[in-house]
Amino acid sequence: MAANTTSGAASAPPRTARPGRAEARAGVLFALPWMVGMTLFVLIPLILTFYIAQTKFQITGAPKWVGLANYEALMKDPAFWRSAKNTAIYAAISVPLKLVMALGLALLLNRATALSGFYRTVFYLPFLMPAVAGSVVFMLLLTPGAGPVNIVLQALGFSPPDWLLDPSVALWTLILLSLWPLGVETLVFLGGLQNIPKDVSEAADLDSPKAWHKLVWITLPMITPMILFNLVIGIIYSFQVFTQAIVIGGTTGTPAESTLMYMVVLYRAAFRYFNMGAAAAMATVLFGVVLVLTLLIFRSARGWVHYEGAGR
Amino acid sequence: MTTLRRLLYHAVMLAISAIFLLPFYWMAISAFKNNAEIFSSPVAWFPDPIRWENIPALLSREDFPFIRQFLNSVFYAGSVAVLVVMSCSLAAYSFACLRWRGRDLVFGFTVAALLMPTIVTFLPVYLAWSKLGLTGTYWPLISPFLFGDAFFIFMLRQFFLGVPRELMDAARLDGASEFRIWWQIVLPQVRTALVIVGLFALVYTWNEFFGPLIYLQDRQDFPLSLGLFTFQSQRAAEWSASMTGALLTALPMVVLFLFTQRLFQRGLTTSGLK
Repeated sequence: MAANTTSGAASAPPRTARPGRAEARAGVLFALPWMVGMTLFVLIPLILTFYIAQTKFQITGAPKWVGLANYEALMKDPAFWRSAKNTAIYAAISVPLKLVMALGLALLLNRATALSGFYRTVFYLPFLMPAVAGSVVFMLLLTPGAGPVNIVLQALGFSPPDWLLDPSVALWTLILLSLWPLGVETLVFLGGLQNIPKDVSEAADLDSPKAWHKLVWITLPMITPMILFNLVIGIIYSFQVFTQAIVIGGTTGTPAESTLMYMVVLYRAAFRYFNMGAAAAMATVLFGVVLVLTLLIFRSARGWVHYEGAGR
Repeated sequence: MTTLRRLLYHAVMLAISAIFLLPFYWMAISAFKNNAEIFSSPVAWFPDPIRWENIPALLSREDFPFIRQFLNSVFYAGSVAVLVVMSCSLAAYSFACLRWRGRDLVFGFTVAALLMPTIVTFLPVYLAWSKLGLTGTYWPLISPFLFGDAFFIFMLRQFFLGVPRELMDAARLDGASEFRIWWQIVLPQVRTALVIVGLFALVYTWNEFFGPLIYLQDRQDFPLSLGLFTFQSQRAAEWSASMTGALLTALPMVVLFLFTQRLFQRGLTTSGLK
């Protein structure tokens, strides 16, 4: 191999050459398409959404400045509050539940047994299903009276609810259904669990006989980065729940608006009522909420997330 | 583990597996029943008779252009996957292997873009495409990936970080251009990563619903995810056909996954939450 250092730089560490101008130029060039993309599809639209939120805009015709009128209209709109409430409940319950379940599953999966591969496939499979197909299947499964779930439950002596057709239960059913595609979170946790160095794990086994201790004091702290990741991603996605909501509840959140979600109302405002201003206003409100939540989580993360010494 | 505990473990796991697999199973068997049989009581856990004719019946329906939509999905998902691999490997390489001023700042923006809810960016983008007269086509759905995607760049960067610096430096000292280094030296090193990211992009796009929903208008243009939704909402009572449709929509991805499992798992665990 050619000499690592040219004759003059005798004191420089031989492994890394100093970044040359060609490298820096290439760096910028290679990243340029993406930087353009980010500007075009993220940065500019973000700013524009805030702008449109303060206009009255029907797609055809020019936007007309109305200041905060859209926000005032939102405050008076029952659909806004209903969907906000539904979405908040959905997110508040399904995100922590998913985390706990995914962690539980990951812990269970973390044993090398003959069937490990099979189990892992089983839990990942639901994630592969298009959300549309999954929602339709669940609608069928949970049909009151004639669907298999209720038939079996009744045969066992229970009197099951009407699931997706009962306004007081439908939202909770949706939350339950959100727990089905656990694959990604579980595999993320599993990856974290398997990264725990064996000697740490074995030392803990020797030190304390109780599996509970090991879980709380060793395992959990070591996977806190994964918890953080799943938590943030979970919040961002659950606040924008759309496909399941629109397949199961349509654009009105049947039954009785109980499954009406924020994103569906926004979609309705933009593409059924052609009220771009209202839709944009809703988007900015959600953005604000998610932003604040995310920042709070990251701020708190310093207190409970432990990264392995390796650093980034 | 003692034998008893092992048995208990597997019993629990199999029970949980059964619950998770139930929707798939039910979808599969319902696809081969007719509407009356789907709602039979007591529950028919296996179709009898197995109505294989449901499949050609669905494919020849006027109100569900399945084959056309299947090909649309293939086109859509395939194009995005290819573009993602190309565009994101360029950016990921730059973030992981090249050193330049402002690199970490731009990467920070990338992470922020990753966390940005689409809800707050899609409207102006839609309006722009509308002004350009390109709604109703796949342009809005595919062309953004010419530039890259935050998630896949993030994922690929993790893989690129594993390429030893010496490899690239040696090539530099030999006078190779940066492009050649990327193309001929680094890319072959991360071949598996590229396949993984391509697969992820493929599955993600195959299942994509919202984008096609807002941009496409003609049923003949719909990908399967959207086609299934339209069919089901218009023919709500035709459960048998809907299940057949759902099965055929989900099947390609399941088959793909079964053949490439190991790659998927590596993709998720290496995406690196460090």
